[in-house]
Amino acid sequence: MGKTLYKKVWDAHTVGILPDGRTQLFIATHFVHEVTSPQAFAMLRELNLPVLHPERTFATVDHIIPTDNQCEPLADKRAQTMLNALRDNTAAAGIRFFDLPTGYQGIVHSIGPELGITQPGMTIVCGDSHTATHGAVGAIAMGIGTTQVRDVLATQTLAMLPLKVRNVRVEGTLRPGVTAKDVALYIIGKLGADGGLGYAYEFGGSAIEDMEMDGRFTLCNMAIEGAARCGYVNPDAKTFAYLKGRPYAPKGAAWDAAVARWKSFASDADAEYDDVVVFDAADIEPTVTWGISPDMSIGINGCIPAPQDAPDAETRKARTTALEYMQLQAGDKLKGMPINVVFIGSCTNGRISDFRAVAPYLKGRKVAAGVQALAVPGSQMTALQCEAEGIADIFRAAGFEWRLAGCSMCLAMNPDKLQGDQICASTSNRNFKGRQGSPTGRTLLMSPLMAAAAAVTGTVADPREVFGIPTESLSTVNC
Amino acid sequence: MPLNKITSICGKAVPVVGADMDTDRIIPARFLKCVTFDELAGTMFYDERFHADGSSKGHAIDAPQHAGASIIFGGENFGCGSSREHAPQAIKRSGIRAIVAESFAEIFFGNSSGIGMPCVCAAHDALQQAIRIAEEAPETRWTLDLTSMTLSCPQTTIAISMPAEPREALMQGRWDAVVELMNAPEAVKALAAALPCPSSSL
Repeated sequence: MGKTLYKKVWDAHTVGILPDGRTQLFIATHFVHEVTSPQAFAMLRELNLPVLHPERTFATVDHIIPTDNQCEPLADKRAQTMLNALRDNTAAAGIRFFDLPTGYQGIVHSIGPELGITQPGMTIVCGDSHTATHGAVGAIAMGIGTTQVRDVLATQTLAMLPLKVRNVRVEGTLRPGVTAKDVALYIIGKLGADGGLGYAYEFGGSAIEDMEMDGRFTLCNMAIEGAARCGYVNPDAKTFAYLKGRPYAPKGAAWDAAVARWKSFASDADAEYDDVVVFDAADIEPTVTWGISPDMSIGINGCIPAPQDAPDAETRKARTTALEYMQLQAGDKLKGMPINVVFIGSCTNGRISDFRAVAPYLKGRKVAAGVQALAVPGSQMTALQCEAEGIADIFRAAGFEWRLAGCSMCLAMNPDKLQGDQICASTSNRNFKGRQGSPTGRTLLMSPLMAAAAAVTGTVADPREVFGIPTESLSTVNC
Repeated sequence: MPLNKITSICGKAVPVVGADMDTDRIIPARFLKCVTFDELAGTMFYDERFHADGSSKGHAIDAPQHAGASIIFGGENFGCGSSREHAPQAIKRSGIRAIVAESFAEIFFGNSSGIGMPCVCAAHDALQQAIRIAEEAPETRWTLDLTSMTLSCPQTTIAISMPAEPREALMQGRWDAVVELMNAPEAVKALAAALPCPSSSL
């Protein structure tokens, strides 16, 4: 029997087995940001320990940074304190910090791949659950807590238990208007928000092989929303083409050697999996969430499920809670429902491909009256690219607020927040209660394409209809 | 750095029911604007417990009969979502010493273990029974015992589970891994030399 990528990377990074039975795992690359690292640096100081391998840690500021005005001092003193702490900590340790004036600042999960720091065959960690994103290049990438950030800074290793591996295959061709985000929401909807507990998800199948890298990042980013601590895709020609020429990618002869090495990490054809699930790409529709957990989703033409139809008491209770919070009725469609805010951005959908995919459809269209629409590039590099390609101007002309790079409205740590019980058509990753900054705010997760359709219609809409994307047969459901 | 050996936790329990209790509900993100964990006591489940004007929603945590509880009884996939260690830190700094649930999100579980707060699983029906007892008789004193892997009170005893390795780490007082991780510097050095490190002229 062959090995999975997960097993190969794990074995290559194993230092040894600890007395309690856990594996001591070497961490190839470590990212830090301002929210989950200051306490870790403080713990190091208390223990009087240095950062062992500062060259393997990279820092950026993303969660707390305003996206409308990044001039310092920041209006929020606590935010400024966090930024200052990161500056001081990284400078003292000799860690590379992609600070605001560098041109490389951005969401940690955007800049890692964009700079080519994120490479196949690595163990990659960050004090951030969406670190799973980096697995798209064929790495074991996972979120860790702050005490573990300290462990990595001090020892470049972690005490870990290996996960099981589930091969999640999507076979066939995605329908027009169906994107990686829809695939992610569909898979989570099918396997459940807790379906991946104890597993790493290896995404494969022809639909994933056909997917460009930015789509794979979106898919792996959402693995954690299905409870899989890491998700990954085996490295292939698309991976290598993506990485070639990026600032931290190997150059010259080292490039060829690196590609040969990276290829060796891909799962063997006869690799043994702990579980295999197969989905048909043709079954996936543009998908939107209706509840307060990412697995509460329906196809754009579907109906909100009823609590009494739930398979068990827990799900029944969860649906009732969600309907109450969202102020929705079972049996209704989301399609046609008015929205207040549109957010295109985040570590899930703030990449260049996301803006490229939407821009042609926004050309000549306007954001609906009364709707606030935010477009937030994931990084300064993406922002610059969008300017160069005229994409930013298309968004501006359509009536979007084109913002500076940051996490923005994905979470409530910067000025971009929902007010009251506003409904947000959001390309982010979590629809938890209060996630977007108002304890009563309501989040509908969707693809950038559907978010754009929501922006121009002011309602939850099927992007295929709004933008005239040809599709063979739109399914209709009577609720 | 001597750590206490965690073998049992005794005290009252408070139910925090519902599946997929996410980290944004455990600690809303606005409380993460800090550079220490020192001020997190009292922030746990804040928006679940209080209205926007600060008035109580009547959550079990704030009921006088549950005051001083040491153990939380939760549901499936407890602690899902973010990796924020602020979540278990807020819980621990609010006086909770252990959590019993049907299942835990991986990162939350690891974060809790790493700060010496055991997260143990119980089967659905047994846990529902425990929750009923905690609701009907909040003064009940529970013993969560990692040696026998049981949760008991005068009314019942139920089986609990936890992976062997973190359980061992807690019971042996080795739950803060950094000490163990510094014991193999030569092996770490060898891997650091052998494994590529991203570099650039940027």
